[in-house]
Amino acid sequence: MADMKTAAYICKGCGIGERVDTARMAKVATKEGKMHLAREHDFLCSAAGVQTIQDDIDKEGVTHLVIAACSRRAKTEAFHFPGVALARANIREGVIWARPDTAEARETTQEMADDYLRMGCGEVKKMKLPGGNPDTGHAKRLLVVGGGISGLTAALEASKTGYQVVLVEKSAELGGWTAELYRRMPFREPYADPQHTGMAELIKEVASDANIKLITNAVIAKTDGAPGRFKVDISVESGPSLTEEVGAIIQATGFTTYDIARLPELGGGKSANVIDQAGLERLAKEAADKGQPIRRPSDGGEVKCVVFVQCAGQRDGSGRHLAYCSGFCCGASVKQAMYFKDANPAIDTVVIYDDLRLPGNGEDFYRSAQKKGVTFTKGKVASVEAKGDGCEVKFRDLILDEDAAIAAADLVVLATGQVPNSGVNIDIPEEEVAKMEVKPVSILNLAYRQGKDMPQLTHGFTDSHFICFPYETRRTGIYSAGPVRRPMDIAQAVEDATGATLKAIQAMENAELGRAAHPRSGDLSYPIVQLDGCTQCKRCTVECPFGAIDEDEKTYPVFNESRCRRCGTCMGACPVRVISFENYSCDTVGAQIKAVDMPDEFSEKPRILVLACENDAYPALDMAGMQKNCYSAFVRVIPVRCLGSVNTIWITDALNAGFDGIMMLGCKHGEDYQCHFVKGSELASVRMSKVDDTLKQLALEAERVISHEVAITDIARVPQLINDYAAKINEIGMSPLKGFA
Amino acid sequence: MGDLNQQMLDKYRNNFLREVEEKVDDGGWVKMCMQCGVCAGSCTFGPDWEHTPQKIFMMIRAGKREEVLGSHSMWLCTSCYNCMVRCPRELPITHIMHGLASYAHRLGLAPKNQPTRDFSLIFWENCTKTGRVNELRMTISVYFREGFMSGVKKMWTLRNIGRGLFFAKRLNPLELFVSHGCKDKDGLRRALKKADEIEARRRGYAVQPRGYSS
Ligand code: SF4
Ligand code: SF4
Ligand code: SF4
Ligand code: SF4
Repeated sequence: MADMKTAAYICKGCGIGERVDTARMAKVATKEGKMHLAREHDFLCSAAGVQTIQDDIDKEGVTHLVIAACSRRAKTEAFHFPGVALARANIREGVIWARPDTAEARETTQEMADDYLRMGCGEVKKMKLPGGNPDTGHAKRLLVVGGGISGLTAALEASKTGYQVVLVEKSAELGGWTAELYRRMPFREPYADPQHTGMAELIKEVASDANIKLITNAVIAKTDGAPGRFKVDISVESGPSLTEEVGAIIQATGFTTYDIARLPELGGGKSANVIDQAGLERLAKEAADKGQPIRRPSDGGEVKCVVFVQCAGQRDGSGRHLAYCSGFCCGASVKQAMYFKDANPAIDTVVIYDDLRLPGNGEDFYRSAQKKGVTFTKGKVASVEAKGDGCEVKFRDLILDEDAAIAAADLVVLATGQVPNSGVNIDIPEEEVAKMEVKPVSILNLAYRQGKDMPQLTHGFTDSHFICFPYETRRTGIYSAGPVRRPMDIAQAVEDATGATLKAIQAMENAELGRAAHPRSGDLSYPIVQLDGCTQCKRCTVECPFGAIDEDEKTYPVFNESRCRRCGTCMGACPVRVISFENYSCDTVGAQIKAVDMPDEFSEKPRILVLACENDAYPALDMAGMQKNCYSAFVRVIPVRCLGSVNTIWITDALNAGFDGIMMLGCKHGEDYQCHFVKGSELASVRMSKVDDTLKQLALEAERVISHEVAITDIARVPQLINDYAAKINEIGMSPLKGFA
Repeated sequence: MGDLNQQMLDKYRNNFLREVEEKVDDGGWVKMCMQCGVCAGSCTFGPDWEHTPQKIFMMIRAGKREEVLGSHSMWLCTSCYNCMVRCPRELPITHIMHGLASYAHRLGLAPKNQPTRDFSLIFWENCTKTGRVNELRMTISVYFREGFMSGVKKMWTLRNIGRGLFFAKRLNPLELFVSHGCKDKDGLRRALKKADEIEARRRGYAVQPRGYSS
């Protein structure tokens, strides 16, 4: 620490100078904050202000600095000083804008400003300059698993961007489901007729691309490593196994159709004339090859009437079938009805639907089908039974509200859904897997401590931050694209694959530079573990939302920095606090907590610690300030990387220091989570549910520690929550622990 | 009604839809309805009639020929055009409603004693005779539509209005005896006949005089 030289800069601009006594703050910085140097400036973010700081760094050898000015989210370009540790005290958004400009408020506002400066001084002294992950990988090739429309698109896009690709396909042929189609839904003006799939041309293009290495009849036997240095063993059906080194992976393993044999009430598996959409594509292709019309499968008879049953085994509330909408099948039925109408307008085609879902230009396609005379009937099909040469379809007409039937349908097409091919569900415990009849087969065979495939969100689809960052899965550098991520049609899959490819390229490049990927893209800090203190409790390895931590033979955690997203969840989980980042640790936050000046029990000035997620809650607070939504002067806010990074030691420290209440503001968790780190806020809430015991031990009320789910848009709500909580603390009284620290 | 199977067969063979497309003014639009229900929700008559435009269109697709053509709904339409300006599929709903009414009437399937239908007929006969509407005669025809006693009763109830109209010079009793008409009555008749012929040719009917055909 000998060469640490600290300095504090207090800005008087943006009205700060008029609202608080900056000279007093400068004294706080040197006397209490023990800064070597403290300067006030009229306009710190101006060129002159920035130059003052730079001069001190260059001439005075300042290594650690605190800027008491605007929020850490503002003026990041002006206050960018590479090579020094920097803490920001939020005096503008967090103090003067969040407080009324009145004579009575002046004293508490000043106290707030002083405290934030003390906290900044405490923090910066515990900070080190992040050096960047030393364990970088240099592989820049992309592995694409799956040779359907998504995989082929991904391969081609990567190649066009100048990257090498290895494409592994399980079957002998490329093309996936798209290759099985007679025609696809239109994707160009005027969206009126089915179009050629273009798959033959796409396959040719991929096959002749020098950047793309194709391996068919092959599966992934093992995936080890991290972004930038994945080692993938590929086992080829007849031939020697291969090992490829790649920088990132795209899983585009597509879907399987829902088995119609599971829909006997709709005639599935019972009549040859009841088929699924894939079955009709096959018939249409065969018929086209022979130059004949589509015939009745049972006896080759003429088709005069075709009924399409939408949502077959989908959007099912009973729990027996798929609960979700696959999204593509309404369009597919419209397209297939046109196969008949275009060939012979006299053929009756009836689509029985509950809701017709044709997003985007699908609406034009729908209209085109109506013009061609396809009949659309809103209804719910009750049964399909073989009758005469064909089938009888009984249904409830939902507009006319009556039971109806189509007595002689020659062909009934069930619109079944997409079941994702996502490998094993790593959340199912091994005992249960052992009981399963059909054992799930892994796709990636990851050699990760947490399991062989990517975590799933729901219904077997891979988890990929649905709400904010749709491509980001929970395995850094591995992206899922196409219907394995969510149900989709061809056009969406093409777009999805393109997006995933660009993200994968970004991940490889970041890995090489030793920087974090999304959402702390570019961050050079990474978790450092002091193994000599580790008790092998495994909490970090289990809780890491991204499976970044493996285990060695002695069950010590092994961190894979390139897989890490720098959320700090492991740091929050560690009971012996041996995990830290250079610039964010139990100490940097602990120092801030301890730096707050604690008024005594009789002062009528309670202190409330707010631990706010820096991604949503903290910006919401900043914006509340910008809109002058004032809140209590008794709070002291500390931004955290994620609520998942909150270590219970901070709670204990704060209570012991005499804080009267602790508020934790994090993101929504659950199936529709908004947490940037997916599981962080959820894990935090589990951990905090155990804080009650600590409170009991200290003989404190349960309300002394509370948490809320907030969104970045809660600009009015967050100040309200704070004020309500301040009132609550007022009610239960000051903490009895004051003055003992 | 006996053979349910036969009935259902007819119902979903689309025959009636085709009939409407070919025979009814703007009937070709019916298939373009997407059953959103905006018309039903917009109609001034909304809850008061048996079949909203949305239902009528669905019934056509379901082949409910007698029910559609025998429906009162088309006759109740006030031509307010609310539905038509709102329909997201831009169906000329009002025109279709009138087209259906006229078609039902032509086939003799329209409901008997339907007041608006009766009124329309009386109006048509009245004004095509001389080229102008004789309001007194028309009022009397409408009042006595359901018989002598009910006509007298209606006149009695509305006697004060009649008196008022008379003093305001809005009602001329002499009109009962002499109708004034347009200049070229023959010309008018020829024009109407021509129109009938054109329509009949377009729709493939044998020319027949207008009026009750049942
Ligand atoms: S796309 Fe259409 S058929 Fe498919 S599940 Fe959704 S609503 Fe049902
Ligand atoms: S918990 Fe977060 S910070 Fe820790 S290793 Fe995993 S991703 Fe990295
Ligand atoms: S508003 Fe138009 S599209 Fe909607 S139900 Fe009525 S006629 Fe059909
Ligand atoms: S035009 Fe006729 S059908 Fe349409 S809203 Fe008005 S009354 Fe109803």
